[in-house]
Amino acid sequence: MQFFGGSEISPSPPTPTTTTGNNAHMIYIFNRNGVCLLYREWNRPLHTLNPQQDHKLMFGLLFSLKSLAAKMDPTSADKGNLGVPQLPGQGCSFHSFRTNSYKLSFMETPSGIKFILVTNPRTSDLRETLKYIYNLYVEYVAKNPLYTPGTPIRCELFNTAVDQYVRSI
Amino acid sequence: LSPTIGCSEIELLEADTFDLYCFQSLTGTKFFVVCEPGTQHMEALLKVVYELYTDYVLKNPFYEMKMPIRCELFDINLAQAVQKDRVALLGQ
Repeated sequence: MQFFGGSEISPSPPTPTTTTGNNAHMIYIFNRNGVCLLYREWNRPLHTLNPQQDHKLMFGLLFSLKSLAAKMDPTSADKGNLGVPQLPGQGCSFHSFRTNSYKLSFMETPSGIKFILVTNPRTSDLRETLKYIYNLYVEYVAKNPLYTPGTPIRCELFNTAVDQYVRSI
Repeated sequence: LSPTIGCSEIELLEADTFDLYCFQSLTGTKFFVVCEPGTQHMEALLKVVYELYTDYVLKNPFYEMKMPIRCELFDINLAQAVQKDRVALLGQ
């Protein structure tokens, strides 16, 4: 899978395919150890768990789904037992799942940073969107000399940029 | 984890090399289809399979619940339904 296509540092955002704004419910960003670097919500009528449990459940769900996708892959030969952790680039990984009330899009970078976006179920493929948000992360967070990797993101510019971009999807 | 009320179960899981569709009947029996990414009309196929299941398996007086399905007619009709689907796709 070619991850860094093109030579632009910040490619222009993909043209929105859906007409209405206010599509997205919430966004999570995790690092490879399960620390939730960012959680923002814009439209979440239902809260069932407290934030810590919610983050842990989300991370656990993603871990299990990635493992499942790698083992269920019909195109590759068998690779060991279920439950063996997969490295970021290895094996087939899922990129979204859909229920009747929401769609969850997922992207993992080679460094293990996971981006999750929860939107309404009619949204089309959001992989380009997540790549753009990753570019925002690189610009505002990774290149920030005052940011310690592995800690929650406390950068207003990044938050504003993400809010603005997501509202335009 | 759902942001809104009224969430039932995962209907579709999209991965790099395959899609996994799921249908759950009212009694909790789950039907899964693994297909190429971007295949259309898999939900309809799942409903068709569910119909075949009710006709050939549940209405079979010799079938014991929760045992693996060993019914030839069901297998034949299932293969036919998938084949019809494949032909329809190739014909487009």
